[in-house]
Amino acid sequence: MITGPVLKVDDLSLTYQIRQGEVRAVQDVSFELARGQSLGLVGESGCGKSSVANCLMGLLPDNARVTRGQVILEGHDLLQLNEEELRKYRWRRIAMVFQAAMNVLDPVYRVGQQIVEAIEAHGFDLSDAEARERVADLFRRVGLEPQLMDRYPHEFSGGMRQRAVIAMALSCDPSVIIADEPTTALDVIIQDRILRELKSIQNDRDMAVIYITHDIAVVAEVTDLVAVMYAGRLVELGPTAEVLGSPLHPYTSGLMSSFPSVSGEKRPLTVLSGEPPNLVNPPSGCPFHPRCESATEQCRSEFPPRALRNDHWAACWHPLDKTNSTAG
Amino acid sequence: MSTPEPASAPELMLDYGRGRARFALAKLRLAARSFRTGWGIFMESKVGMLALFIIIVFALMALSHPILMATVWDRETYDPVTGYAFDQVEQPAPPSLKHPLGTDPLGRDVLSQLLYSTRSEFVLGITAAVVTVGIATVVGAIAAYFGGILDSFFMRLADLIIALPAISLLIVLSALFNLNLFYLALIIGLLGGFGGTAIILKSQALTIRVKPFIEAARVAGGGHFHIIFVHIVPHLLPLSLLYMMFTVTSAIFAEAVLSFLGLLDLRMSWGIMIHTANTGGYLLGGTRYWWLIVPAGASITFLCSAFYLAGRALDEVVNPRLRRRDD
Amino acid sequence: MELRLTETQTHPEVGEDPGPLVEVSGLTKRFPVSKGFFRKPTSFIHAVDAVSFTLGRGESLGMVGESGCGKTTIGKLLVRLLDPDEGQMLYRIAEEAGDASAVSVVDPATISGKEMRDFRRNVQMIFQDPYESMNPRRTLFDIISEPLSVQKIGNLMERIERTAEMLSLVGLTPASDFLLRHPHELSGGQRQRVAIARALVIRPQFVVADEPTSMLDVSSRTGIMLLMQQLARDFGISYLYVTHDLAVARYMCDRIAVMYLGKIVELAETEELLRNPLHPYTRALLSAVPVPDPGHRRAPPDIRGDLTRSLDPPARCRFYDRCPIATDNCLNSPHPETEEKSPGHLVACYEA
Repeated sequence: MITGPVLKVDDLSLTYQIRQGEVRAVQDVSFELARGQSLGLVGESGCGKSSVANCLMGLLPDNARVTRGQVILEGHDLLQLNEEELRKYRWRRIAMVFQAAMNVLDPVYRVGQQIVEAIEAHGFDLSDAEARERVADLFRRVGLEPQLMDRYPHEFSGGMRQRAVIAMALSCDPSVIIADEPTTALDVIIQDRILRELKSIQNDRDMAVIYITHDIAVVAEVTDLVAVMYAGRLVELGPTAEVLGSPLHPYTSGLMSSFPSVSGEKRPLTVLSGEPPNLVNPPSGCPFHPRCESATEQCRSEFPPRALRNDHWAACWHPLDKTNSTAG
Repeated sequence: MSTPEPASAPELMLDYGRGRARFALAKLRLAARSFRTGWGIFMESKVGMLALFIIIVFALMALSHPILMATVWDRETYDPVTGYAFDQVEQPAPPSLKHPLGTDPLGRDVLSQLLYSTRSEFVLGITAAVVTVGIATVVGAIAAYFGGILDSFFMRLADLIIALPAISLLIVLSALFNLNLFYLALIIGLLGGFGGTAIILKSQALTIRVKPFIEAARVAGGGHFHIIFVHIVPHLLPLSLLYMMFTVTSAIFAEAVLSFLGLLDLRMSWGIMIHTANTGGYLLGGTRYWWLIVPAGASITFLCSAFYLAGRALDEVVNPRLRRRDD
Repeated sequence: MELRLTETQTHPEVGEDPGPLVEVSGLTKRFPVSKGFFRKPTSFIHAVDAVSFTLGRGESLGMVGESGCGKTTIGKLLVRLLDPDEGQMLYRIAEEAGDASAVSVVDPATISGKEMRDFRRNVQMIFQDPYESMNPRRTLFDIISEPLSVQKIGNLMERIERTAEMLSLVGLTPASDFLLRHPHELSGGQRQRVAIARALVIRPQFVVADEPTSMLDVSSRTGIMLLMQQLARDFGISYLYVTHDLAVARYMCDRIAVMYLGKIVELAETEELLRNPLHPYTRALLSAVPVPDPGHRRAPPDIRGDLTRSLDPPARCRFYDRCPIATDNCLNSPHPETEEKSPGHLVACYEA
């Protein structure tokens, strides 16, 4: 048994080369995750959260370059591995539940067959009967009838497809699962079931799960830790109850108070004015200063240090007091 | 964004003080910008630039004939149809200083014929292409938009035309009627426009027809005419342009074949030049009488392939999927 | 028609009540499903099945449900992007904007020509997809002024002014910077602002908003919601707000109708519906919505099975197969009629 964090991301920075210049998609991102813990990586589209996920999976496009940092999975730095070695880690140690479930499943093969292939491609040698038994087991675990394994993807509903993709991610029994917007396209009742299943699988297998989403409500319900990303940087990190209950960073607080809720008192929504910055030419100092009400000269010139409170920090010169937090 | 204030009229008058003309100018500048972007991509294609170069060379050749006739060439000697090279003893005469590409069996200057024909080839190719694409774009858009009986009618018609062998049909038609350049262009245009090109443009129009912005235009109150010509047809134009290029190629080729068979009522063309060489039995003479065949043959080949290659390069401009990925 | 710039509309004078703006009764739309070539359609998807509701002047009604429940189809029927198979949609459109004392009554399913153009002048739609609902080749001016130009309202200069005014109203300022931009130069949130400007440029009395925020990020979503509320108030516009998100509907709608497989199963004032849901489906739907409060613990929704399609549904209650409280009576009776359980709270359930 490995002690300490199962996954440790240290000072990760990466850039994309595009025609207009260099996009600094991820800058100085650090977090760690223990077995059985779940982390929500939250932010608006283009904030770099999917780039972090793709980097952890070693699935960055050709024009991406990691400029700094380490990704240590069970004691090995994934960024130092070559493609061949990486293949051993991907899926067996760290697996991903993709956002667009339809694109992951090949429409011309039976769903069960695709999962068997994923298992065999990662070094497991199974007889036909063993493979079927294993897929049936996976299907049961994600709440699908085992006999559905002989169907084709188009015969599955959206929720069933997402479950099949989760089954595929679980097929090699990884220690870390990255779920990239796993329920965004689904209706709420299905979303609820899938999130509950992911949660119970996480507990049963003592897995670490990273949820990548822009939905704060989902994060509030399923994660232990929250990392808020803005313009490629982590701006706030800590236990979910603390970060969402009393946010330090005005961005987190802004996200919270712009989020409608069906339950509780109907509080007025506020809007984060402005648009996220262009990462080819990001603003100086704190990237959030153009949209921040309490921005000062210091915010415009220097990136803020971490402001700590209990086990939770935010990169902000003027962290919010617990008392004036607006989160519901 | 709290309380949006309506922009004040004076402020707008300041911006659009010169009104209509200024707005039109701004739109023009916008069009110029998107043209420059497209042109930039076209220029990146070596094949496209080569094709453009060849087409320009031929265009200059076409222009040069009337100029030469008006200045250095006298009508008796150099007229492409009625001229006779009295300075040569034997016809066909090989290339010489006075006749850089020699003369044909009837004593006419080959270079003059070649340059004179170039213009007809352009007229033919471009007329046929415009007719084809004009018809195909409208037919394709209408068939895709309305569907139903109109669609079935146009598509069955297209199937019928595709099933007919075009060249054989043209041979029959030219035997029955006295086909001149204009009628030939028209027939090729009609065959292409109601035939395969219509099917291709219709399938493109179908992908546009289901876009939500078509529904948005309907809700805005746009009629069928508005939706077809403002929203569907502009999306077909890039593909139309492409098929124009391909139609030029096939029209020039068809002319060459029909003229070679002596079926067209034209004064002079590349096909007729080869036809003349053939009827005199000079095609069988191997390379001895090369100047009778090579200039016209090479012109047909080069101009046809130039338009085809220009089409391929345009395809890259209008079809981002074919472009090198760099963004 | 002449242009009236920056008109401010007042609330309808209290007087003779002409009735609700929209009155829908028995609205039905079936989509044929044909099997094989040349075969007559044998099955039908009952996308909207005998739906009735009313929508008052200045009111915003939410149509909420899961994908495939028919909520978008209702929206498209109301703006006549689709033709209904059965039923009536009666619009009482004020002849003079803002003055409901004189109304003309039309059913969009039965009109054409000039009447249809008049209808389009008063009823508009905002589409879900901010990327695909705008012709990428046209400028924002072309897009926003399209309702004006196709209906031949104003001359070019007036249309430019009106478009610029709308751009400022939706927060795209300075307007002259945006007039000749193309949609691909804007973010999703900005595009949805353009979509709102296009729908409102003609000053309609009724707008169908089909999930206008479902494809947007959290922060731009709230901006769009507040903008729509504000403009609806300023211009006195009534909305049909189609959404799958009850939390969004709570903020956008005065009343909410919950749909399940082509039927409205419950309709009530927003807070009443959220606090006191009567239909078992509404309860399940409500309890499945995640809450952005880490301290909150939610019980799993009480519902069985998976969502199906409304393909040739049996006569019994549509929700029977998934209902936690179904009885034999539900199995043997037709789909329940809507009943008014308390004032303004309609439910279609035998057991509620």
